[in-house]
Amino acid sequence: MQTALLIEQILNGLQFGVMLFLMAAGLTLIFGVMGLINLAHGSLYMVGAFACAAVAAATGSFWLGLAASLVAAAAAGAIIEVSVIRRLYDRDHLDQVLATFALILIFSEGTRWIFGSFPLYLDIPPLLRGAVPLPGGSAYPAYRLAIIAVGIAVAIGLYLLISRTRLGMRIRAGESDREMIAALGVDIRTLYTVVFALGAALAGLAGALVGALQSVQVGMGEPVLILAFVVIVIGGIGSIKGALVGAVLVGLIDTLGRFLLPMALAGFMDASSAAGIGAALASMLIYVFMALVLAIRPQGLFSAQR
Amino acid sequence: MRKLLAAGVFALSASIAGAAFADPVKVGMITTLSGGGAGLGVDVRDGFMLAIKQSGNTEIEVVTEDDAMKPDLAVQIADKMLQSDKVDILTGIIWSNLAMAVVPNAVNQGTFYLSPNAGPSPLAGANCHANYFNVAWQNDNLHEAAGAYATSSGYKKVFIMAPNYPAGTDALTGFKRFYKGELAGEVYTKLGATDYAAEIAQIRASGADALFFFLPGGMGIAFMKQFAQSGVDLPVVGPAFSFSQDILGAVGDAALGVKNTSQWSKDIDNEANKAFVESFQAEYGRLPSLYASQGFDTANLILAAAAKASVKDKDAFRAALKAAEFTSVRGDFKFGPNHHPIQDIYVREVVKEGDVLTNKIVGVALEDHQDAYASECKM
Repeated sequence: MQTALLIEQILNGLQFGVMLFLMAAGLTLIFGVMGLINLAHGSLYMVGAFACAAVAAATGSFWLGLAASLVAAAAAGAIIEVSVIRRLYDRDHLDQVLATFALILIFSEGTRWIFGSFPLYLDIPPLLRGAVPLPGGSAYPAYRLAIIAVGIAVAIGLYLLISRTRLGMRIRAGESDREMIAALGVDIRTLYTVVFALGAALAGLAGALVGALQSVQVGMGEPVLILAFVVIVIGGIGSIKGALVGAVLVGLIDTLGRFLLPMALAGFMDASSAAGIGAALASMLIYVFMALVLAIRPQGLFSAQR
Repeated sequence: MRKLLAAGVFALSASIAGAAFADPVKVGMITTLSGGGAGLGVDVRDGFMLAIKQSGNTEIEVVTEDDAMKPDLAVQIADKMLQSDKVDILTGIIWSNLAMAVVPNAVNQGTFYLSPNAGPSPLAGANCHANYFNVAWQNDNLHEAAGAYATSSGYKKVFIMAPNYPAGTDALTGFKRFYKGELAGEVYTKLGATDYAAEIAQIRASGADALFFFLPGGMGIAFMKQFAQSGVDLPVVGPAFSFSQDILGAVGDAALGVKNTSQWSKDIDNEANKAFVESFQAEYGRLPSLYASQGFDTANLILAAAAKASVKDKDAFRAALKAAEFTSVRGDFKFGPNHHPIQDIYVREVVKEGDVLTNKIVGVALEDHQDAYASECKM
């Protein structure tokens, strides 16, 4: 039974990590290509979740909701890129932080204005309900396995997009030297809008997928955003590979820490204090890990910086 | 002689004024109106304002501010309300960690604090204060009732779980106080966590025969949905917070059949409650939650006390609050020596009425229940 539990927890860590990757990939792409810190990335995640919940409630189909979440988040991303973000590329990071923080407040209050303060209902699609048996006699929710699959597919898709396509080539070029590719006649403005919308769509996808597991509510994006920043700092800013490795590491460390630390402490203290202290220590683990990584490799594990 | 006459006239007019109109009361409401916990604060506020509106009392002024569930922000707002708004009464805080940050300082400055929700154990016991009144419950109460219910239902191995913050520890302590069986496991989760896969795996592996959890607001929604999807099939007991009207819609059918403990339910059979449920629905177009009932009761307590004594005469006002001569929508209500309620706590079951998920009372868990900290309170 113990190995079954461990396998299940490793899958949980993987699933959490993959979800973080969807957030971190967009964040790191935008940071890497445009040099922009976008605090409103969590708001795009929320937009995705609300779009999915609203469309799923109206049509009765989760899949339509999922499609709507991609469209809505990409559209919201493109709109804020054109109207606000575009003016921030030449400013310093502090201005970007301030302006995108304002966007968080606008998105949150706007969503509250449209949908109200109470959480929305979004359930997983009937196709993915129930649990899949695992070796060792345990079972694992099919929906979470599907999230892992989607995350892996997105990782492969992004890899192919960036290494094999013309758009990817331009993204890589924009990362290295934006003046040069502008001078070579690439429409850098459109390129930035496309990259931003792509990052937003990934965040929206994460929001919709996770919305079915959690509650769809205003402010749901901010806790995830903090973790996504931890991921890209660990992985190396601007690196998709770093985001993937960092996200999976953070997911596994967080999940296994929450599970193993109280258990380890229970060996030499009473169950109740072990549970409390273990939980407190577990919530610090990923930050301790981040500090360790930064101490050894200040640029992160796979930095794309020159 | 003229002076004396003037003083006499003044005194007479003051006493007439005092008899005819109570002094205006300024209430500062600090509550959570944004972020994940907003539903709770909105319900407390709406319940509170409904009572003020129904009273027709124009002498009560309420200033409301959003603490965004952040202790530092709550402290800032409280300072502003005490120093520049000069409020007589503070109320509204939802979360125990925020209450611990705000309440001791406010009551020590001579302001009244009436809690419409949070009731952390220190404020009920060692750090109780004459100016602090709790109109909801002491944090342990509903969990104690859940423990008593688990015992009477014959569960032998319960898995228990709560977030790692003051109300979470109070919850598990409260449950264990009245639960006589053994524990299959005890887990603290991160406050605000939204993914419970790791905990559900532990529940599955623990061999428990029932599950007790306390996860307020969005945390409870996330957990219940994930628990229902996980294929773990155990009876679930919890305090009303994870099954209150404000979130049942978002949890969906996953909550059906769950037993939860509450001092209030919309089907408690008394006139005041029926009128409250009807007027709340008419005013806001939704069913009230227990938070709304607590806000409503808090406002009615203030109104009752203000009708009897001036808020400027602190001793008289305190005595009026303590007497609690208002009609509570939960039925019988009185304060114990530590200014926390002595009340019945019911067991409710989540049911479907038409298309709407709601709760129905199925029994009484604890009668005339008082908290365990009253004896530690010296005031």
